[in-house]
Amino acid sequence: MTEILEKEKGLLNIEKRMIEDNEPKNKLSAIDVSSYYGDFQALKNITMDIRTNHITALIGPSGCGKSTFLRIFNRMNDYIDGFRVEGKILYDNKNLYTGNLAVEQLRKDIGMVFQKPNPFPKTVFENVAFGLRIQGIKDKTFIEERVVSSLKQAVLWDEVKDNLHKSALSLSGGQQQRVCLARTMAVEPSVILMDEPTSALDPISTAKIEELLKELKKNYTIVIVTHNMQQAGRISDYTSFFYMGELIEYGKTHNIFTKPKEIRTENYITGRFG
Amino acid sequence: MNKLKINRLKDSSFKIWGIISTLIGLILLVIFIGDILDDGLKRLNWDFITSLPSRKPERAGIYTALMGTLWILIMTAIIAFPIGIAAGIYLEEYGNKKSFLSRLLEINISNLAGVPSIIYGLLGLEVFVRMLKMGPSLLAGSLTLALLILPIIVVATRESLKAVPDSIREASFGMGATKWQTIWMNLLPASMGGVLTGVILALSRAVGETAPLIVIGALAYVPFAPSGPMDEFSVLPMQIFNWVSRPQHGFVINSAAAIIVLLTITIIMNGIAVYLRNRWQRKIKW
Repeated sequence: MTEILEKEKGLLNIEKRMIEDNEPKNKLSAIDVSSYYGDFQALKNITMDIRTNHITALIGPSGCGKSTFLRIFNRMNDYIDGFRVEGKILYDNKNLYTGNLAVEQLRKDIGMVFQKPNPFPKTVFENVAFGLRIQGIKDKTFIEERVVSSLKQAVLWDEVKDNLHKSALSLSGGQQQRVCLARTMAVEPSVILMDEPTSALDPISTAKIEELLKELKKNYTIVIVTHNMQQAGRISDYTSFFYMGELIEYGKTHNIFTKPKEIRTENYITGRFG
Repeated sequence: MNKLKINRLKDSSFKIWGIISTLIGLILLVIFIGDILDDGLKRLNWDFITSLPSRKPERAGIYTALMGTLWILIMTAIIAFPIGIAAGIYLEEYGNKKSFLSRLLEINISNLAGVPSIIYGLLGLEVFVRMLKMGPSLLAGSLTLALLILPIIVVATRESLKAVPDSIREASFGMGATKWQTIWMNLLPASMGGVLTGVILALSRAVGETAPLIVIGALAYVPFAPSGPMDEFSVLPMQIFNWVSRPQHGFVINSAAAIIVLLTITIIMNGIAVYLRNRWQRKIKW
């Protein structure tokens, strides 16, 4: 009798461990994705999953296709003449490149922060409230609460709480970038795409944003393009290395940085080219 | 003389030439304004502004012409502002800039800005006065002047939209805004300074136009100020033109005084334009 109970306990433990070991589920997936600008092929047959509530870094030399890949997920490439994409892009297992997809809704779920801080020429408050206003939300207290909580999440509240109605353009670059981050978070997306978000910032602002990202991954899935290898190493859980439109290597950041399987990856992260 | 000295000499002589060129325009303007002020200031008083026209120069005033000018100004603005801005937005934000059609449109709009104003007058006469049977009314005059300044507003709108960096469009689309929301909530507010400046400068040109209004049949003598858009009218430049061509010296004095009023209106408008431009430039630094 006790034997059986022991056995069952063991089985339960095994089951539990399996759940713990189980990789977190995928928020975004690219399956055999190629993309073109006119005749130029920017991405070549890329298959890659992006894990929920983790930070995934995309690294690689300029022109390797990492920004193109990032922008595929919120369809920001749609505005470029002659751009087309092949293969399947899934967001929560739904195909993103179908004719009847509401791009506006998609971009509320998958927010984006850009390389150069690009706040609107409005007040800090209106910047953060923008996403709610375009959804037609009129409830003043709701908007106010959301603006305050987003600014707090972006660790900007203490710096701007007395200047909420001053132009966002009067803030420093680092603060502007956090306004952009707050603006993105105000609509409660599930994914935040970041295209070299700290490349225009000084080291102190960069450190603040990095600190923030580690905090944010509890609630968001973050994909970040970066030129800064140390940054990828510091903040990301997974790293993918792109080169000439191909995905060379993808894995846990620790593995990529300590024992890369591909010689090209090793050369790049050790600074031998790129 | 060596090369260095020659270059220095060229340098300083060009500077002197530049100063002279600048002064020529300025001095002529000062002489002109001084002459006008000398003639007109003694005639300029409240009575002159509020009096109806008269055959006797000392009793004649500019009330009807001034009212006509204000009517024309406001109606032209109401007509040209929305159409010009909408066309500018379309060409800049929607039109495919590479297509043959939009390039053709672009060239034609630039050309329209250079068409002599009397041609617009002929167009107005044919279309508004005769075909649409508006007669020589304020409405026909405003429509004609609106056509005249449309190209200026279109170009000003496009230029100011072009000045808004693409990163703002990206930010807006990235937030899930539609094209219309992006234009209405981000691009237009950001470019309003330039747009308004263009509109006001265009209007201040319209205020001084005489030729197209003569062609459509605006009158030099109107006994009463207009009270509605279908009324006949006169405007300040026409009043001035009429007075200058009369033999009595009194009317020449009158026209000088009227010129002061007209100049004041245009200077105020241009001042507002400059103020708006500076204000927006200070507020928005990309």
